Amino acid sequence: MSLTEFDADRPPEKPRRRRGDGRRRRRRGLGEIGMGDGSREGAVVEDVEFERADEYGSYYGRPVVKAPPWKAPIAVYLFLGGVAGGSGLLAFGAQCTRRPLLRRNARLVALGTVGLGTVALIEDLGRPERFLNMMRTVKVTSPMSLGTWVVGGFASLSGVLGALEVDRMTGRKLPLGPLRPLLGAAEGPASLGQVVLAPLLASYTGALLGNTIVPTWEAGRGHLSYLFASSASLAAGGAAMVTTPVAEAGPARLLAAAGVAGDVVSMHRMKESMHPLEREPLETGTPGKLLTWAERLAVAGGIGALLGGRSRVVAAASGAALLTASALTRFGVLNAGLESVKDPRRVIEPQKARLAARRAAGITDDSITAGG
Amino acid sequence: MSLLAGEEGPAAQSGWGHDHERKGFFTDTSICIGCKACEVACKEWNRNPIDGNLEILGSSYDNTGALGANTWRHVAFVEQGRERIEEARESGRKLVSLGMPGIGPKSSGARGATPAGDLSQVDRTPPDTPEFRWLMSSDVCKHCTNAGCLDVCPTGAIFRSEFGSVVVQQDVCNGCGTCVSACPFGVIERRDDGTVSPFAVREEEDPRRGTASKCTLCYDRLVDGEEPACSATCPTQSITFGDHPDLAEDAKQRVADLHARGMTEARLYGTNPKDGVGGTGSVFLLLDEPEVYGLPPDPQVPTKSLPKTYARTGLAAAGMVAAVALSFLGARR
Ligand code: SF4
Ligand code: SF4
Ligand code: SF4
Repeated sequence: MSLTEFDADRPPEKPRRRRGDGRRRRRRGLGEIGMGDGSREGAVVEDVEFERADEYGSYYGRPVVKAPPWKAPIAVYLFLGGVAGGSGLLAFGAQCTRRPLLRRNARLVALGTVGLGTVALIEDLGRPERFLNMMRTVKVTSPMSLGTWVVGGFASLSGVLGALEVDRMTGRKLPLGPLRPLLGAAEGPASLGQVVLAPLLASYTGALLGNTIVPTWEAGRGHLSYLFASSASLAAGGAAMVTTPVAEAGPARLLAAAGVAGDVVSMHRMKESMHPLEREPLETGTPGKLLTWAERLAVAGGIGALLGGRSRVVAAASGAALLTASALTRFGVLNAGLESVKDPRRVIEPQKARLAARRAAGITDDSITAGG
Repeated sequence: MSLLAGEEGPAAQSGWGHDHERKGFFTDTSICIGCKACEVACKEWNRNPIDGNLEILGSSYDNTGALGANTWRHVAFVEQGRERIEEARESGRKLVSLGMPGIGPKSSGARGATPAGDLSQVDRTPPDTPEFRWLMSSDVCKHCTNAGCLDVCPTGAIFRSEFGSVVVQQDVCNGCGTCVSACPFGVIERRDDGTVSPFAVREEEDPRRGTASKCTLCYDRLVDGEEPACSATCPTQSITFGDHPDLAEDAKQRVADLHARGMTEARLYGTNPKDGVGGTGSVFLLLDEPEVYGLPPDPQVPTKSLPKTYARTGLAAAGMVAAVALSFLGARR
């Protein structure tokens, strides 16, 4: 509505400016511009530069959706959970094929990583002391809820198996007393339970990130579980190559190589399936660098495992490269998602595109905006 | 996946029975004057901390910025010139011609000027396009029919109230932040700082620190038979509170009125139960595309595709088991 007749007399509009024209506007507090003590009369907003929202195609370039408050501990958790899951599977395989060293090491790695991972997860809560509130309920609609139960179950079983292994290593010196036979009897069921939960522990994090509206993760929904399971496989393989003599680590090397293949393929397929604006955070900036290095290290580690894995030194170096690669992948994917939220175009453009695609396909009744 | 869309409405479908009508807001942005009384009323009633440091954001009269942990009502200000107004008229007109859930005015219109019945004969010549306009819109939690925040909360801290609204129990929430990433509207947020007192006197600790926070639809007032603080204080009735079906009806009527007067830029946001969140409890009448106000153009609750996502997780897990099995079979001693 025209408020005054002077509106007709406005100077012609300047051509629209686009984002990123290099001008940064400084925000000021009221105190800074002369209202602080009331002694100076106020050209309060004199030199504040105002912007037009439509310069952006969004509301002043502000984010439309919010990123979860997840920081580095969550990336660490994603990584450690993956190592734990993969190691649980390796331990079971080693138990079945009578590879005692691989079995022992994998079980200990599983226990250590799932323990540290849980600490990292709790650390990132707003109210860590209420961690147990997640045990109030089981919610199928919440990957976080199901995941917590998987982690909890896996950690308990790993505790049993880890205690057994430590007891064996120390020549039955743990002060277990009457619990020892019980623990021994629990080995079978516990390792069965562990092997059931292990692959879920490694892959559910894909659903955890995928079941969000963070543009890059949302777009990767269909691929993140594959990526994370692959990354977990190569990391667990790497951990076993570092800890276990080459004679028993054959399966770990193969698993690591398979993990590398899955990792590289699923990352590329995930990127292919994305809108360019959703893909960009995975390829640029710090997350982009992390992911490039993750891929290089993974490939190097995979080749090392296949070709040089029978040398203890090469195996250990490749294993370390694989572990690093997996950690970088988790940090890269987590940070790319957090980054993708900052630019509203990454939300608005893909959404407009999918809405337009549905309209073009003749579906016109499911839009949130309606003519009446 | 326990999606609540359905004829019965979310309150009944989540087990409250049928004696409760779903409550909601109709925010008619065409009569908002941008006074921010709702923002203030909400802050005061809920004793929410200040956001920012009294900055001037340089975005018209909006110095609040966005909805967040401490800001549960946010009035958006957008300045537009003639060109953009014309675009908005055009896009609004298209919505109708697309056969989007159509204009169906009540035959006995509540508002005097309402033409009854078929609108196709009505003269739709727009009034003179103004040179300039301000869009003002008071944004709030949508209290979605299928609320992403509620679906993913692992502690059960978020619940569906008997009024069909979505409420966080801040004494249960452990601050995991999952809900933040599941809200398609960027509403809910974890309160990581802020006390009730202003910055200068920061002594009290906010007991709600570290937990997720958002509009409660004034649950504490509703159980006492009061209406929410924000709508009660709104001087122009831009924010109306009431039974959801009535509000949706009013909204449709109003948009039909505006279209009849040629103001085809008017459109509804959130009234369609078939949209990506099953329709919203807070519905809006907008005068431009949703993204202009900072609203997503096609929000989809993530839970909708969760079965598929879980299937991928299962497949990935199975693949991993297979890879391990093959590794053990393939490895020579
Ligand atoms: S708008 Fe966001 S915070 Fe509000 S009910 Fe919907 S999903 Fe939850
Ligand atoms: S932050 Fe609180 S309300 Fe949000 S999902 Fe976690 S426990 Fe639930
Ligand atoms: S309903 Fe209550 S809590 Fe929600 S915005 Fe209004 S005043 Fe704030």
